[in-house]
Amino acid sequence: MEAIAFYLFSALTIVLFLIVVFSKNALYSMSALAGGMILISGFFFLLDADFLGVVQIIVYTGAVMALYAFGMMFFDTTKDVKEKINDKKIANILWISAGVLLLCIITAPFIGNHLALDAPLNISILEGANNPQAVGIVLFTKYLAQFELAAVMLLVAMIAGIILVGKKMDDSITLKEMDEKIDAEEFDMKDNK
Amino acid sequence: MTIGLTHYLVLATILFVIGLIGVVRRKNLLLLFFSTEILLNAINIGFAAVSKYYGDLTGQMFSFFIIAVAASEVAVGLGLLVLWYKRNGTIDLDSLQEMKG
Repeated sequence: MEAIAFYLFSALTIVLFLIVVFSKNALYSMSALAGGMILISGFFFLLDADFLGVVQIIVYTGAVMALYAFGMMFFDTTKDVKEKINDKKIANILWISAGVLLLCIITAPFIGNHLALDAPLNISILEGANNPQAVGIVLFTKYLAQFELAAVMLLVAMIAGIILVGKKMDDSITLKEMDEKIDAEEFDMKDNK
Repeated sequence: MTIGLTHYLVLATILFVIGLIGVVRRKNLLLLFFSTEILLNAINIGFAAVSKYYGDLTGQMFSFFIIAVAASEVAVGLGLLVLWYKRNGTIDLDSLQEMKG
């Protein structure tokens, strides 16, 4: 059962992410990415990381992709970005070699079984707790300082985002273009008179 | 056939390589951001898998902080991207070269 779910989710995720990377249209990429994020949360549920799966759906699909969707309203997505790739061969060699190297680095210690856990996190309260409870206990004891730092970082990022995007909100590009068009039309009409 | 840790790590590597292709080959800055998300997600899967197969929650904790970092990265990065588009009217990666840094 787990094998079926794993292979189904992995095939779908890989296909969706390939669409993200190779699609010409940024809107298709964004939709595929949102779908891929939801399927990734499926892996987290398979791995007994329930809370992480829920956070994945809420934060990635709910917040990050929504932010991208709103951000894309600022760009003219119908206009294709002309992508000029100077040397395709070097790019291909780069990603293939990096991928093979990564595969070796990541899987070698596990295939050889040479990796042992140095200091397992053994807290006696965790016995019998389900995943969200255990996560809460660990997050607010061992990782409390990091948690608060992350909170401050998110606050800083939020303020930075507001300042960066909202600074010149009153002069919108589309409105400016419309104004120019209206001005030009009025100019034409004056010419005709 | 049971699914072991190696399966998940190979999957994480495949997804990471897909993200890497995106970073290397695309010149659209928005697609570059998407590829970064793919990279971060691939690593998250790896962390969650190691966390399960070693019975240790540290991997999941690391994933949470990665998600937090990714969220703030998107907020700031998208803000900068919007500013760049307002100024230059393009989100082509090559347009950044005019800074001659």
